Amino acid sequence: MKKLAKQVVFYGVLIGIWTLLAKLHIWPPYLFPPPWGVGHALWDGFADHSFWIGIAVTMKRMLIGYSLSVALGMVLGLGVSSSKFLEETVGGLLVSLQSLPSICWIPLAVLWFGLTEKAILFVVLMGSLLSVTIAMEDGRKQMPKIYGMAGRNLGASGFRLFWSVLLPASLPFIVNGMKQGWAFAWRSLIQAEMIFLSLGLGQLLMMGRDLSDMNQVLAVMILIIVLGYLVDGLIFRTMERRLHEKYGLAAA
Amino acid sequence: MSARPQNVIPAVQRVPRPDTRANVFRGKPVMPVTEFPAHAVAEAVVPKVALDGISLSYRTTSGERLVALDKINLEVKPGEFLCVVGPSGCGKSTLLHLIAGLQPQTAGTVLVDGKAVVGPGTDRILIFQELGLFPWLTVGGNVEFGMKMKNVPKAEREEKVQYYLRLVHLSKFRNSYIHQLSGGMRQRVALARALATGPDVLLMDEPFAALDAQTRDLLHDELERIWAETGCTIIFVTHNVREAARLGDRVVLLTFRPGRVKEEFRVNLPRPRHMEHPDVTRMARTVLDCLREEINKSLEVEYADEKAR
Repeated sequence: MKKLAKQVVFYGVLIGIWTLLAKLHIWPPYLFPPPWGVGHALWDGFADHSFWIGIAVTMKRMLIGYSLSVALGMVLGLGVSSSKFLEETVGGLLVSLQSLPSICWIPLAVLWFGLTEKAILFVVLMGSLLSVTIAMEDGRKQMPKIYGMAGRNLGASGFRLFWSVLLPASLPFIVNGMKQGWAFAWRSLIQAEMIFLSLGLGQLLMMGRDLSDMNQVLAVMILIIVLGYLVDGLIFRTMERRLHEKYGLAAA
Repeated sequence: MSARPQNVIPAVQRVPRPDTRANVFRGKPVMPVTEFPAHAVAEAVVPKVALDGISLSYRTTSGERLVALDKINLEVKPGEFLCVVGPSGCGKSTLLHLIAGLQPQTAGTVLVDGKAVVGPGTDRILIFQELGLFPWLTVGGNVEFGMKMKNVPKAEREEKVQYYLRLVHLSKFRNSYIHQLSGGMRQRVALARALATGPDVLLMDEPFAALDAQTRDLLHDELERIWAETGCTIIFVTHNVREAARLGDRVVLLTFRPGRVKEEFRVNLPRPRHMEHPDVTRMARTVLDCLREEINKSLEVEYADEKAR
């Protein structure tokens, strides 16, 4: 609770400084709006449902693109880590591809799929697939060999060895990969939406720019931060913490 | 004995232990054996575990061929407690992996009850040095695991989990997770997990090396008691000669690289034994004198590696 109190004070002070700077009128209000202006924009956005729709559209894309990338990434990661040949060839390619910002996939996606939903999903997929794959591959390599041996020793083999031993043994790494994948997918999606302009939070952000409405720009930015934090900070971190407690790993 | 559930423990088929007093006439209770004493020959119908010319070699990362084990011949009688000692790097852990069927040997055959081993089997359970307990399962879940893999019915599993947890004095910790337990308790979970699978042969790889002396002494007592109760055959690898003399019916000494059987010692001391007993100490001394040469060899190699850097 002490931590919460500190945070409340911190954000209070932050908003106080913001209010002060806005009141001083150093910059014109259409460039540096006061907190209540942004608050109004948030209120209006939710009142006329445009923010709700934006969130719904963005989240739907996120779920589809992210599920695809997790499923594919796990298969790829397992594949790459299970063969020396694939690791040395495909593995290297994956690492080098990861240096490509996901926004660079947009021209390719537009040419292949046009300005469609598919193109957006493609960008999300490419943005997070690699990180999921690499995390899975690392996880599989880091997983202590002893669990597999102990499992075989106790009579597990084939699918049951995978299901009862190898999968739970690599669960901390899988969750870590899913968490990283989420962060990358989230960034890629917002970027893609800003360019494709087809509903979603990214479009709301660009609309704010087109209308020179700084209040809306800031309101949508806050929305993106809060949503991203809720999923990453609350869902994934809680999952990770529980897992670490259960597995007796050092608190992360 | 009402505490012991029916059908839980395999019928004890152990061969009567050789009477330790039978060898008193030889003057000293401790002596290297070059051949089996007469009563042992009479008993040894089929050895529980027989290693027939086991060799293992592999290529190191630098490309040289390393012979880890070289033509090992060894027979372990049913119900025998065999200790294998040797300097670190002599391949004694590897030997257990071969018997467990977790790794193939380069040459030779491992026979269990006269049949060649081709892979892992729950008649031989290995307790790893690092234990390999599953952190995602509770203590009970770990003990149950092997039985689940064997499709033992739930009611029977339940009964056996309770029985074996009581056997290692961990009934209260059934729902705890592994990381919540102390080192000695984890050892006992590993022991219960192994025993619950109903092995004929228990392979133990330096299981007590990381424990403090008091805990280790306690676990020695418990292991001896459990061994007597279950009648299983134990092959126990250690680098601690006193531990070997404390526990073993027989101590086999391996040489350093390549691992060969250098010497065998029969430990004809009455049980229960104690680490500090003068006879155990004297036995350990005898083994150690023989082992020292091998330790020196292993140290020389280690120092040479150090210099080469």
